Amino acid sequence: MLKGKKLVILGDRDGIPGPAIEECLKTTEAEIVFATTECFV
Amino acid sequence: MIFPVLKASSYILIHTPDTLKHYGSTQVTTRAKDSHDDYLKQLNRHLRDFKQVVNYAPNQCYIGNLLPDQLTEINQPWYAEANLLEGKRFGELGELMPEDEFYGLVKHVDSFDLVKLTAAFTKQVQEKLAEHPIFSQQNLALGAGNELSEIKQLLAEQDAAPLYFKDQLVGCIKRAHESDENLNSHVMLENLMAKASAYLAIINLQAKSGVDLSTVEYVVECSEEACGDINQRGGGNFAKAIAESAGCINATGVDMRSFCAGPTHALVNSAALVKAGVYKNVLVVAGGSVAKLGMNGKDHVKKEMPVLEDVLGGFAALITANDGLSPVIRTDVIGRHKVGTGSSPQAVISSLVTEPLDQNKLKLVDIDRYSVEMQNPEITKPAGAGNVPEANYKMIAALGVKRGDLEKKDLLDFVKKHGMPGFAPTQGHIPSGIPFLGHAIKMMADNTIEKAMIIGKGSLFLGRMTNQFDGVSFLLEKNSGTVAPEEGYNSEEVKRLFAAAMRKVADSLLGEGE
Repeated sequence: MLKGKKLVILGDRDGIPGPAIEECLKTTEAEIVFATTECFV
Repeated sequence: MIFPVLKASSYILIHTPDTLKHYGSTQVTTRAKDSHDDYLKQLNRHLRDFKQVVNYAPNQCYIGNLLPDQLTEINQPWYAEANLLEGKRFGELGELMPEDEFYGLVKHVDSFDLVKLTAAFTKQVQEKLAEHPIFSQQNLALGAGNELSEIKQLLAEQDAAPLYFKDQLVGCIKRAHESDENLNSHVMLENLMAKASAYLAIINLQAKSGVDLSTVEYVVECSEEACGDINQRGGGNFAKAIAESAGCINATGVDMRSFCAGPTHALVNSAALVKAGVYKNVLVVAGGSVAKLGMNGKDHVKKEMPVLEDVLGGFAALITANDGLSPVIRTDVIGRHKVGTGSSPQAVISSLVTEPLDQNKLKLVDIDRYSVEMQNPEITKPAGAGNVPEANYKMIAALGVKRGDLEKKDLLDFVKKHGMPGFAPTQGHIPSGIPFLGHAIKMMADNTIEKAMIIGKGSLFLGRMTNQFDGVSFLLEKNSGTVAPEEGYNSEEVKRLFAAAMRKVADSLLGEGE
């Protein structure tokens, strides 16, 4: 589903942080071009 | 084991609409981009007056006039005119202060004559503070004030930061160095306001709890500001500066930082110092963050609601040796997010909540209340950040379901029973874990709860030194009434033990001879 797609990951410290999303998406064929976590409070 | 106690805590809020307009980071960056921005034009229409801020239920809860459970009984939105309370400016745990009186405190804590207020405004502040239940008894260093023309000259010629009250120029804060940007007028304004709000928190702690500040031996300051100069940016030390202003004459201190997790780290460290016997009385304190005033203001204006981030926050907490009454800080039930913990929600909650509980044979449901990130959801939801405390409670409950501690059907009940509504302003370190300390002392004294877990989290990645975030937690527990034994040794007891041991040796030798 994600083959050939480029991914930008924006995580939330009090939700799902960026590295955790990144870890999940590593199992796909998508290319992770940027991953970060932000604090919204 | 004998644990240190949380003897007292205080909470203060300062209504600062003019500081919000001129120095909140959202407003500053918007103005720098376009001084005619629509948001800036609309801002005045969305700012609350002091009475509305006093009558706002979450603020009453923060200063101790309402328990968090009582907040759930009030209709939302809490800011709606129909849902405002008949609030009190002074609370059981602290107070709400208006901006003009606060400028007086900023002047009072200024050691380098950087704060200049006009003579007329100084007189106005003196008259108001003469009515204040605490400051009417104190000799504040406000001086006679300056001419408005002198203030204008400092603004024009020396890059001073203007101070406004109700849009009128009433003073300024000078830069502390001609070229060092770490000591420029904006930085000095932020730091002096952090210092003054921390000072107000300590003075309220003293007034409400009756503690003798001269018995404080150590002060740990845990805000998110940095004071220093070009050669040691963030060198510190706010703690000692605040201790000096508050009259903690027998104290030194240190600044402790971990973004929003700073206060919980400070409490754990202070408890350790008391438990180890290094100090008997340690004060943890933090003032407010000017930069965060109006941080989500654009979303609030867009949603046609008041800009709710219009207060600076502060708190103070006193940790002492066990008095047999106050809640104990269980230094053996400490959670920490480690470097190797990982960032998945289950890993984070395990490290902060279930690991320390498991190690002490406690279950998730044994903790009556969890104090997490206690941001007021009315501030965060319009900005798209959701209900932060509720999200944290759901994660704790979900982990409980995964581990088999809870049935899935009980998940929301757990959130309701062991959680609380958020009631703290989004002042970074202020909402993180610590807003519940004062309520917990009261609820433990009333036998409403026995155990509370205080959890602080911090966004270290914002400093761009690491992608890590941080978290630390501890258990606060009702005092069993067992107090510390006398320190040192009793010579009579030593003699008795020694004699008994000698008799045992003699008996043994006699036995061998027979």
